[in-house]
Amino acid sequence: MKIKTLSRSVDEYTRERSQDLQRVFHNFDPSLRPMEKAVEYKRALTAAKLEKIFARPFVGAMDGHRDGVSCMAKNPNYLKGIFSASMDGDIRLWDISSRRTVCQFPGHQGAVRGLTVSTDGNVLVSCGTDCTVRLWKVPRPTLEDSSVSSENFIEPAAEYVWKNAFWAVDHQFEGDLFATAGAQLEIWNHNRASPVQSFQWGTDSVISVRFNPGEPDILATSASDRSITIYDLRMSSAARRIIMMTKTNSIAWNPMEPMNLTAANEDGSCYSFDGRKMDEAKCVHKDHVSAVMDIDFSPTGREFVTGSYDRSVRIFPYNGGHSREIYHTKRMQRVFCVKYSCDATYVLSGSDDTNLRLWKAKASEQLGVILPREQKKHEYNEAVKNRYKHLPEVKRIVRHRHLPKPIYKALGIIRTVNDSKRRKEDRRRAHSAPGTIVTKPLRQRRIIKEVE
Amino acid sequence: MELSSEDNNLTEKVLPPIEQESDVELETTVKKYLRGEGADLETLKDKKLKTQLASREKLYGKSAKTAAKIEKWLLPAEAGYLETDGLEKTWRVKQTDIANEVDLLSSRNQYDIVLPDFGPYKLDFTASGRHMIAGGRKGHLALVDMMSMNLIKEIQVKETVRDVAFLHNEQFFAAAQKKYAYIYGRDGTELHCLKERGPVSRLRFLKNHFLLASVNKSGQLHYQDVTYGGMVASIRTGKGRTDVMEVNPYNGVVALGHTGGTVTMWKPTSQAPLVQMQCHPGPVSSVAFHPNGHLMATSGKERKLKIWDLRKFEEVQTIHGFHAKTLSFSQKGLLAAGTGSFVQILGDSSGGSSSHNYSRYMNHSMVKGYQIEKLMFRPYEDVIGIGHSMGWSSILIPGSGEPNFDSWVANPFETSKQRREKEVHLLLDKLPPETIMLDPSKIGAMKPSRRKEKQSREEIEAEKEVAIEAAKSTELKKKTKGRNKPSKRTKKKKEMVENAKRTFPEQGHNNTASKKRRIGEDAAAELPASLKRFARKN
Repeated sequence: MKIKTLSRSVDEYTRERSQDLQRVFHNFDPSLRPMEKAVEYKRALTAAKLEKIFARPFVGAMDGHRDGVSCMAKNPNYLKGIFSASMDGDIRLWDISSRRTVCQFPGHQGAVRGLTVSTDGNVLVSCGTDCTVRLWKVPRPTLEDSSVSSENFIEPAAEYVWKNAFWAVDHQFEGDLFATAGAQLEIWNHNRASPVQSFQWGTDSVISVRFNPGEPDILATSASDRSITIYDLRMSSAARRIIMMTKTNSIAWNPMEPMNLTAANEDGSCYSFDGRKMDEAKCVHKDHVSAVMDIDFSPTGREFVTGSYDRSVRIFPYNGGHSREIYHTKRMQRVFCVKYSCDATYVLSGSDDTNLRLWKAKASEQLGVILPREQKKHEYNEAVKNRYKHLPEVKRIVRHRHLPKPIYKALGIIRTVNDSKRRKEDRRRAHSAPGTIVTKPLRQRRIIKEVE
Repeated sequence: MELSSEDNNLTEKVLPPIEQESDVELETTVKKYLRGEGADLETLKDKKLKTQLASREKLYGKSAKTAAKIEKWLLPAEAGYLETDGLEKTWRVKQTDIANEVDLLSSRNQYDIVLPDFGPYKLDFTASGRHMIAGGRKGHLALVDMMSMNLIKEIQVKETVRDVAFLHNEQFFAAAQKKYAYIYGRDGTELHCLKERGPVSRLRFLKNHFLLASVNKSGQLHYQDVTYGGMVASIRTGKGRTDVMEVNPYNGVVALGHTGGTVTMWKPTSQAPLVQMQCHPGPVSSVAFHPNGHLMATSGKERKLKIWDLRKFEEVQTIHGFHAKTLSFSQKGLLAAGTGSFVQILGDSSGGSSSHNYSRYMNHSMVKGYQIEKLMFRPYEDVIGIGHSMGWSSILIPGSGEPNFDSWVANPFETSKQRREKEVHLLLDKLPPETIMLDPSKIGAMKPSRRKEKQSREEIEAEKEVAIEAAKSTELKKKTKGRNKPSKRTKKKKEMVENAKRTFPEQGHNNTASKKRRIGEDAAAELPASLKRFARKN
C-alpha cells in the first residue's frame, strides 16, 4: 500500500529573512481561474477608463515670436532643439526641455516661408517672401546653453537674392543640395549664389517641396495648379505628375517605407500614395473639417501628425482612414506647421497665435523612467484593451474625444451632406439600368488625371 | 532559440519509447492550455487579416507549449495518491492506517473536535484553505486558522445559526441567523444586519462578482453586492421553500434543489430560471458542482445519487444505495457523500474527460451518534472537513487537493500586506452581475450575423399569395346603425387586398430593362446610315 498526502513545509513556501523577496508560485492551469474572459473584459474596461484619466497631452507652450509661426525645422542630430520661423522674419532656435529660445537668426525682411536643416546639422537654410535664401551656421549646443538666459544673435553665413518670392525649401538627405519652391522648382548648392538646376512646368507657382529620405535624388512637389509632381534630379523633367481636385498644401514621405508619400490637401483629407503608381491613392485619411496645412511622419513610419486650418492637430495611423487622436486648445488658432519629434514621443505645433506648443504623441503615456513592473502593467493594459476594443462598452470609452463646438458641428453637417449624397446615388442606381451608374472609389475620385 | 532547436533535432533522432509517451501526454496538456479550438482561417479572404491571425495563433501555440512544459517540470509539489496492491481495496483503508504511513504534519490534520452542546455544525473554508469558520446551530461561531490550529475568534450569538459563509477573505464572514443574516468582521464585531432578506436558510458567496446569494424560508433568492451593499436582484422562485443551494464555480450560476425533484439554475439578471431539470422523483437533498463546471452531482431522498453532464444536460451515472444528505466535490474531482455518520468518497476511475465512472474510493464511518451536517473539502490540501452534530472533524483523503497553488489566485501563506494588495486587485477585477451566464466563454465572441438570403421570385410570389389570402379572409367587424352597407364592405376589402399587394415590390423591373435594351439594339439595326450616330451606345 502506497500512500502520499500533500504536506507543505512552511520554510519552503515562505522567505527566510525579511530582506528577501516574498516567494511567488505559479500554476497556469485554467481550471484554477474561472471566468477568465469576463475578468479580462473587466480589465479592458478599467484600462480604457484609466487611459482616459491619465490623458494629459499638453506639455507646454513656447512663447516668444511676435507674429504667427509659419514653419518649423527639426535637427536630426540634436533631439532637444527645434527651429521655428514666423511671419515677420524672426527665426529662433528653441531648447525644448526648458522651452526657451537658445539663439535667434535675424535678417529676413518679410515672412519666412521655409526652413530646413542639412543632414549633418550644421547649416540652416531659410527662404522667404523677400526673395532671399539665407544660410546660417548652427551653433554647437554646449552644456551652459540651457541655463544661460542671454540670447545670441547669429549672422548669416550666406545670403542669396533671387528673382521671385519663395514658398518652401527642403534639404537633400545625404548630399549638399537643397531645393526651393517659388515660381519654379530650383535646386541650389550651398556654395553657389544661383541655382544649379531648375524645373519648370506651366506658369503656376510651386507651393511645397520634399526630398525622399530613401533616394537622395527624388523629390516631390505640389503646385498651385492642384498637382503633385515627383522629380528625379538626374532627369531633366518630371517623373510622375497627377492633378487633383484641390491643391496640396504639404507633402511628407514615409521614413520607413520611402516609396510612399502622404499629401495634405486643401479639402481636409490627406491622401497616401505609392510613389510608383500615382493614379490611385492607397488610403484616404479623412477627419479634418478644414484645409490641412502641414503634415509630418513619425520616425517609426507608423503614424503621422497633421495640423489644420480648423485649429486642431490630429494624429493618424499610416494605413487608417480616421485619426487616432485630436489635440485642440481654446488658445490655439490656425495651425500652420507641425512636426513629430525624432524620438517619436512628442508632437510640436506652430500656430497663428505666435506660440509653439509641445504635446505628447500618446496622450496617457507616463514620461520619465518607468520601472519594469510598471512597464509590464502598461503593456498588459494595452494588450487587453486591444483584445476587447470591438465590444461596445470599451469602444465607447476608447473612441470618446471632446471636440470643440465648431468642429463638432461641422462634422455633423459633413455627415448629413455625405449621407444625403449617398442616398441620392443609391436611389439613382436603383432606378436606372444596372451597370450604367458606376461610382469610382474615393481613392480615385479626387484625382482628375495623371499627366506625363 | 537556435540552440534549443538544435538540441531538439539531436534528441529527435534517438527517441526512446518513454519519451514518445510523454510527448503524447504533453499534447493533452497543451490542449488544455489552448482553451479551445483555433480560428478557422481558410474561410477568410482578407489576406492582411489572415496573416495577422495566423501569427497570433502561432503565438498562442507557443505559449500553450511553454505552459505545458512548465507544468511538467517546474511545479514544486506532486499530488497525493492512495494505491493498494493485489487484492486489497482502497475503500478498506482506514484513517488509522493512513496515519501510520504518513508524515507528522499530515497526521496533525486528522482530528475530532467535540462540542456536544452547540448543535450540528456547518463549515466554510476560505479560497486558500487557510481559515475556517464553523457555525453551530445553537449560536456558536468560531473562526479558526487551520495551519496553526489557532482559534482566532469565537462568539456566541445566542440565536439559531443556519449557515455560515466567508466573504472574499477571512476578514469578513456572514452568518444566517434566526430572523436575519448578519455580517461579522474578523474580531467578531457585527458589521451589518441584512434585514431585507428575511430568515435565510442558505448563504453562498460568489467570489468574482462580490455577490452574497441567499435563499430564504419563502423560497426567495436574493443577490447583494457586498462592496456597496445594494441589492442586485431579489427573485421569487415560485417553487416554495428550499434549503438546497449551491454555486457553480465555473460560471457563477446558482442552483436550487426543490422538493418536487427539480433543480433550477438562476442568474441575477433574469426573473425566470435559466435551466430547469427534473432530476429526481422525490425531493432533492443536495447538489454539488465539479470545479470544471461540467459535472453536477445531485442526491435525492429515494436513495439515489446522480451525476449529470451540464453541457448536454444528460445523466451520466446513477449510484444506488444510500441517501446522501450532503455532497461535495474536491479540486481534483473526488466526490464526497455523507449520510448519517458515514462518509463515502467516490473517485473517477476512468481517466478521460468525456466518460465518467465514479466508484468507491474511500470510506469513513464516525462514531454512531454523530449525524453529519456538512462535508467540505479543504482547498489545496488532502483533507475533508466534516461538520456534524457533536462538533467538527477532519480526515485525510489522499489525492483530493490541488498540489500547486498560484500565489496570485490563492496563497495559503499570505502575509497581511499581500492580503491587502489582493483585496484591492479583487475589487478592481470585480465582475458586473451581467457577466453571469451559462457559458462564460461567450464574452467577447461575435454574435453570428443573420444574413437574410435574398428570396427568389417564386418565394416572393408565394408570400404575396399568402398575404393576399390573409387579407381576403379577414373578418370585418359588423357595423350597426346603417353603416354596414355591402358596397362599403367590398370597397374596404379591396383596399385591404391592395395594401397587402403594395408591400411586395414589383417584380417586373428586370424584364422591362432588358426589353428596353433589346429595343434599342433592334432600332440601331433599323436606322438609316445617316442617323446611325444618334443610336444609343451600349
